[in-house]
Amino acid sequence: MKLKEIKEHLNLKEIYEIPNKVDIDVTTACGADLMSDVLAFSNAKTMLITGLTNPQVIRTSEMIGIKIVIFVRGKNPVKETIELAKEKEILLYMTEKPMFEACGILFNLGVKPEKMVKIE
Amino acid sequence: MKKKKIIDSEIKKRDFASGGEVSSKLKSLLRKLGVNNKDIRRTSIITYELEMNLIIHSEGGKLKAFIDTEEIIIVSDDNGPGIKDIDRAFEPGYSTATDDIRELGFGAGMGLNNVKRFSNDIEVESKPGEYTKLKAIITIEK
Repeated sequence: MKLKEIKEHLNLKEIYEIPNKVDIDVTTACGADLMSDVLAFSNAKTMLITGLTNPQVIRTSEMIGIKIVIFVRGKNPVKETIELAKEKEILLYMTEKPMFEACGILFNLGVKPEKMVKIE
Repeated sequence: MKKKKIIDSEIKKRDFASGGEVSSKLKSLLRKLGVNNKDIRRTSIITYELEMNLIIHSEGGKLKAFIDTEEIIIVSDDNGPGIKDIDRAFEPGYSTATDDIRELGFGAGMGLNNVKRFSNDIEVESKPGEYTKLKAIITIEK
């Protein structure tokens, strides 16, 4: 599923976008408000759906190679978050939909969860 | 073979604004050194969790990273307050974080679990009221 299609389905508002990157193919995503939950995924190129808007969301994304962050429930990130996202080239979008609905729509569209690594 | 020190940074207590900067720097260094992506990602996760732990829980401390061709070692060395019960600190969901920390998306009691999960081996040493020293060993995949 291309990012530009996801934009239509979730009615995403661009907060920070790099035009030539809307063709990114999104196959997996994760939805979480707890950054350690996000960090439990070690595979690259995930989309993050979150209700948190502070700069740590971008730091967390940077650590595991997340390229796209969607803020749910109409939340706009603070200036520092946007600045850091620009520096790290992480795309930011906002949807009015709540977390459960946004994730449900993506799941129905064929975006799948990532496999989590088991704790030994 | 002696490991090369590539990070030696002071982390200040409650310095959320800088949280992640050292991990970000280490990630770039590992990329320049040609380490494979998978090991860079797990090292980044470990370092970032430890960096945030120093900011959230400690009185301040140091974060260091060492590397040779075989492995990466991350050391978190703080000035207290120490961990009373190390086994409990590794229990998923166990946390001593306050609500203001949770609002930032941390303090859910999964941080040390992630450190353990992505390390090949870890060593923890702590004295309540004094210090905690954690060493995470990451074997580089050939």
